[in-house]
Amino acid sequence: MRSVRTFALVGCLSAVVGAWGIIGAEARDLTVVSWGGNYQDAQRKIYFEPFAKQSGKPLLDESWDGGIGVIAAKVKAGVPNWDVVQVESEELALGCADGFYEQLDWDKLGGKDKFLPAAVSDCGVGAIVWSTALSYDADKLKEAPASWADFWDVQKFPGKRGLRRGPKYALEFALMADGVAPADVYKELATPTGVDRAFKKLDALKPHIVWWESGAQPLQLLASGEVVMTSAYNGRISGINKAEGKNFKVVWPGSIYAIDSWVILKDSPNKDAAMDFIAFASAPENQVKLPEYIAYGLPNKEAAGAVPANLQADLPTAPDNLAEAVPLDADFWVDNIEELNKRFNAWLAQ
Amino acid sequence: MSRASVRDRSRAFALVAPLVLFLALFFVWPLWTMVTASVVDDAVTKVLPRTAVAMADWDGSDLPPPAVHGALAEDLRTAQDQQALGEAVRRLNSAVSGFRTLLTRTVTAAREAPDPAALDFAAVDPRWNEPRFWRAIKEAVPPYTDRNLLAALDLRRDAGGSIVAEEPGAAANRIIMLRTFVIAGSVTLACAAIGLPYAMLAAAAGGVMRALLLLAVLVPLWTSLLVRTAAWFILLQQEGLINRTLGSLGIIDAPLPLIFNRLGVIIAMTHVLLPFMVLPIYSVLIAVPRNLMPAAASLGAGPIRAFWRVLLPLAMPGLMSGCLLVFMVAIGYYITPALVGGANDQMISSVIAFYALGTANWGMAGALGLILLAVTLLLYLVYGRLSRSPQLPGA
Repeated sequence: MRSVRTFALVGCLSAVVGAWGIIGAEARDLTVVSWGGNYQDAQRKIYFEPFAKQSGKPLLDESWDGGIGVIAAKVKAGVPNWDVVQVESEELALGCADGFYEQLDWDKLGGKDKFLPAAVSDCGVGAIVWSTALSYDADKLKEAPASWADFWDVQKFPGKRGLRRGPKYALEFALMADGVAPADVYKELATPTGVDRAFKKLDALKPHIVWWESGAQPLQLLASGEVVMTSAYNGRISGINKAEGKNFKVVWPGSIYAIDSWVILKDSPNKDAAMDFIAFASAPENQVKLPEYIAYGLPNKEAAGAVPANLQADLPTAPDNLAEAVPLDADFWVDNIEELNKRFNAWLAQ
Repeated sequence: MSRASVRDRSRAFALVAPLVLFLALFFVWPLWTMVTASVVDDAVTKVLPRTAVAMADWDGSDLPPPAVHGALAEDLRTAQDQQALGEAVRRLNSAVSGFRTLLTRTVTAAREAPDPAALDFAAVDPRWNEPRFWRAIKEAVPPYTDRNLLAALDLRRDAGGSIVAEEPGAAANRIIMLRTFVIAGSVTLACAAIGLPYAMLAAAAGGVMRALLLLAVLVPLWTSLLVRTAAWFILLQQEGLINRTLGSLGIIDAPLPLIFNRLGVIIAMTHVLLPFMVLPIYSVLIAVPRNLMPAAASLGAGPIRAFWRVLLPLAMPGLMSGCLLVFMVAIGYYITPALVGGANDQMISSVIAFYALGTANWGMAGALGLILLAVTLLLYLVYGRLSRSPQLPGA
């Protein structure tokens, strides 16, 4: 008798759990994940809302802070609860190699030749070209710094400096400050002596560095006068200039640019809608609206060509800005991030 | 056993079943996953079974024999499960940096080669001429490993297999772990120093005053952690409210360094964690009869003596559980130290988050978590011993 009751109870429970699973998997709306802040506000206006209106189905948007571990956890859970994610180039390379993403349908995107070559891969298509660059408040600094060597020169420019905590970017900037040409940075960093050289250069600036963690912090540090110069994301700089009437400047020579891409998580239940969304966000007539809100370069060549001239000058993809900039070497960081992060932590603790 | 007692027992069990299920699902299982993730090391043998067998005869001193080359090429050519291959690559790259690009290149070559058995590895990538890459594969063959646990303590095995410390300047987990406990301890002391008088005040006050005091503690608890931390940033920065006020009052000439250092971290964390100290002490004090202090006074005890001999012992259980709560929560913090701390204020959670979220190296994240758990349990045992021994008079 009791066993029958237990059996019935277990049956009911599993039915409920099963129904939950099915409803959860079937009824979830297309979920798009990006990087938050005023960037995602702009995306909502020009991509998310118009796409929802066009397709007639709701679209959820969430934000994240990156990390291949997050993607790995979602995909290994079976059915991921995100569909489309905007990822950085390392996450694109890692996740594509490890089978965390669906293959894209390039026919829907209009063909690979419509995009910058660096923005094309089997698993992802470029969404933006963005830069990490030296920035300063032109209202406060009388003489403008022009290079990473100036960033390291505490005699000429007294005061603290902001850098992103972690070896990525800090080591590249240190090498450039030490006289390595932008084109040779990763060649130098690939040798053990190059890494030693970068850490040694960082040693000299260590007491003057304020380390920041999230992208909004460098703006706050500059605005409050806590630092005289900092590395920062270029889109945020032009964003705060527009929103708060600041006069922050970006130093393009020696900046490092990278491409963020749209990907679809493996086994996404909304695969087709996800592909349609990526096609919508990659179409030139939609993509061209982005620089009005935030100064990121456009991977769609047709869109990039149609950006008004007055906005063009602020983009990382403007020819003058690209001239002495360095493309981020995602392969280098995919190989070395763990070891260098360990060493960086030890170096900080010394 | 009679039928009735069996029924009673099974009913009792049914009543606690949800709790047992909950504990098993949300406590035991994740913990077990963490433990196994840190010691199980089968990612490489799963993908490279032939190589593992072929490597058994190789002593690891120089380059491996051609049989190993052939086996590896065959393994890579036939590896179907892309995610499993990714796991293996992640494991190897964590041991020797560079495996990621090396294996990606080699897999492509092995799949395109007309005769994989004769694949020339050194021609695919010169790094295959370095024995350390081959050795890393051999070291990943045993199904269990202690390398994550050792690495979490800044130790490693040398070529001979004996445990040695990492060179100074190569790893800092021990320092960061120690720092975590020092910060958590300081925050606990600061919370106790502020929380005890505050709770006494709240328990002694009545009516609106008490409600206001409790509200003042609770409101921050309902505010987002990031907002509270950002507020401290505004108060503490060089041109911030505190420095400007002190400067305009003529108390200081140059702004005090209040942020991006240990002081800032302790101030911000103490504020965030104060409710966990105040509430347990308050709940104990509110039950203390109000006539005890006048009684002590009537027996000749001054205010300090009455506090020391009567109120403090009675408040002790609350103080102790408050300290425990604050300390436990504090060791897991990393957002606050990341935002208001300096270079030497990062706590171990930020390292764990780097491995778990940043590089998906769950073995290393699990090992660090496990060491943290072990040290915390040890401290808890010591605490249990200490807080049990002094018997209260009359208790």
